[in-house]
Amino acid sequence: MMQPSLEQKLWMYEYMVLSRRCEEQIATIYMEGKSPVFNMANGTIPGEMHLSNGQEPVAVGVCAHLEAADVVTATHRPHHQAIAKGVDLDRMMAEIFGKATGLSGGRGGHMHLFDPEVNFACSGIIGQGMGPAVGAALSRKMQGKPGVAVAFIGEGATNQGAFHEALNLAAVWNVPFICVVEDNAWGISVAKEASTSVPRNDVRAASYGIPGHYVEGNDPYRIHEVAGEAIERARAGKGPSLIEVETFRLAGHFMGDAEGYRPEGEKDALFEIDPIPRMRQRLVDDGDASDEQLRQIEEKAEQRINKAIDFARESAEPRPEDALTAVFA
Amino acid sequence: MTQSKNRKLTIARAMAESVAQEMRADERVFVMGEDIGELGGVYGNTRGLLEEFGKDRIRDTPISETAFIGAAVGAAQDGMRPVVELMFVDFFGVCFDAIYNLMAKNIYFSGGALKVPMVLMTSTGGGYSDGGQHSQCLYGTFAHLPGMKVVAPSNAHDAKGLMTAAIRDDSPVVFMYHKRLQGMGWLGTEAGATVQTPEESYTVEIGKAAVSRAGTDVTIVSLGLGVHHALKAAEQLSEEGVEAEVIDLRSLVPLDRDTIRQSVAKTGRLIVVDEDYHSYGVSGEVIASVTEHDISVLKASPRRVAYPDVPIPFERGMEQFCLPSVEKIIAAYREIQPSRSPSAASV
Repeated sequence: MMQPSLEQKLWMYEYMVLSRRCEEQIATIYMEGKSPVFNMANGTIPGEMHLSNGQEPVAVGVCAHLEAADVVTATHRPHHQAIAKGVDLDRMMAEIFGKATGLSGGRGGHMHLFDPEVNFACSGIIGQGMGPAVGAALSRKMQGKPGVAVAFIGEGATNQGAFHEALNLAAVWNVPFICVVEDNAWGISVAKEASTSVPRNDVRAASYGIPGHYVEGNDPYRIHEVAGEAIERARAGKGPSLIEVETFRLAGHFMGDAEGYRPEGEKDALFEIDPIPRMRQRLVDDGDASDEQLRQIEEKAEQRINKAIDFARESAEPRPEDALTAVFA
Repeated sequence: MTQSKNRKLTIARAMAESVAQEMRADERVFVMGEDIGELGGVYGNTRGLLEEFGKDRIRDTPISETAFIGAAVGAAQDGMRPVVELMFVDFFGVCFDAIYNLMAKNIYFSGGALKVPMVLMTSTGGGYSDGGQHSQCLYGTFAHLPGMKVVAPSNAHDAKGLMTAAIRDDSPVVFMYHKRLQGMGWLGTEAGATVQTPEESYTVEIGKAAVSRAGTDVTIVSLGLGVHHALKAAEQLSEEGVEAEVIDLRSLVPLDRDTIRQSVAKTGRLIVVDEDYHSYGVSGEVIASVTEHDISVLKASPRRVAYPDVPIPFERGMEQFCLPSVEKIIAAYREIQPSRSPSAASV
């Protein structure tokens, strides 16, 4: 296997840790104002919250190959991908808190994060990011500008019409588009076996005449390798690819999800193979980093997230009447 | 504006002319949709474009509305200016998420950081036995949902100007053209839609209605084919000394409420002609725009001549029974015309 460079490995570790610290902090803050009775409408961060704990390897393994000019569309569970793509952390946090300083001044919230500086967008409709990513790839091809477009979706989205239409269209147009499926095995409470006619979605690529890959084990190095190949193909004008990555969700589908549908012991077993401590151990065992070096990365990450949270907390709320603006360009 | 020779264009030709002129001026403009390339569009509105601009900029797509409309949004956000066709407005069901949840909301969800400079052009209208899934107008459906501008021209002059304005707009614009105004070979066309159209490039302001005919006794508001029915009804009424003022909305979003209100304040009587379904739509919106503003201007109850709340039937007699017509507009006027007898109820 082609290993990532040392620099890339350390980048990936740092961004996985950043992501995880972000999600842990958000989980705590989300519960502010929601006790003794849990009411989603209440508290510092209202609404739904979909956290990415455990899925960090997918974000860093792919985004390690991407520049600011490359395009990413993501889902209702976007934080790890937003962070790995280089979205402005302070403004992202402020948007999640619904503050005027947020990426969209509070109009989007956690599921609608847009950062044009790094070409990142996400959406709450399953599969909705597929079309726009294909279109962005088409746009680069037509303009003769470099760049690839990556659409992150969940394994549940592979059964939505938008998935199939977009893959076909990307193949017909031969555009630099990569679809990355995060297979965390659960579409809320419905297991993949119950919803999907094939055990692995890489085989579906054959329907569209494009390469398909399945990456096992939630391993950032392996994801990095396979994603790298697909992205290189796209950059070389050789067209789209489909990658499905085995990962897992350490959190519920959304905050407040009691996860009664998960078999007993499943989550405990997954915590045992949490990808972040695993990568930490591997870096030390491979002699790529010292314990002290990693401690510094972790501390820096914690401080960075705390800074973003402070920024969000201290920022003002939007004026209520601002709801009526920014409808048209 | 030059008045060169006889330059009467069909709406189809006017649309194609606008798109061609904008494509010559701006290499970011491109067209995609089903049959818009080789065929020149089922409705003739892209005729000649493939020959002039080639396959890269004039793209025939697979039957994948969700994908190519979604792609148009992504391309528009990345600096291109796509003109996309949804062949029949009735087909919006298969791809409406990409339209109302994506195209129409991304500017807002991004707090204005993104522009979505795309045009979604789509055919509307029935009256030629194409059945209930190929004959709808659905003006109200698109106008009702926030974040997309909506225009509906009644003639070639306005069609060209509105298309040019739509392409230049940084917001998404839904361009709804009526099949019976289009001027294609396979369907009869309302003659009044084919009008003198300047050769040069120009815009018609989106959000501004036109007073197609000035009058003092009753205001008839409509859009698309309805404007032509209204003008014919106005001619008939004129023979009995009743002068109708006809308002051609031209745009639904933004809606030119000022022009509507000014007219009704002058005439005191309002008839709305709308080929879309009667309830929960354009006709109710026009009436509410008047009554919530100043109900005292009305000398009689407002009237609507709209399509009943039923799916559109195939059989000719049944379909014609449902469609707005000149006769129905006259009949609506009869219901609200000033009474001859001073003791009668209406003022």
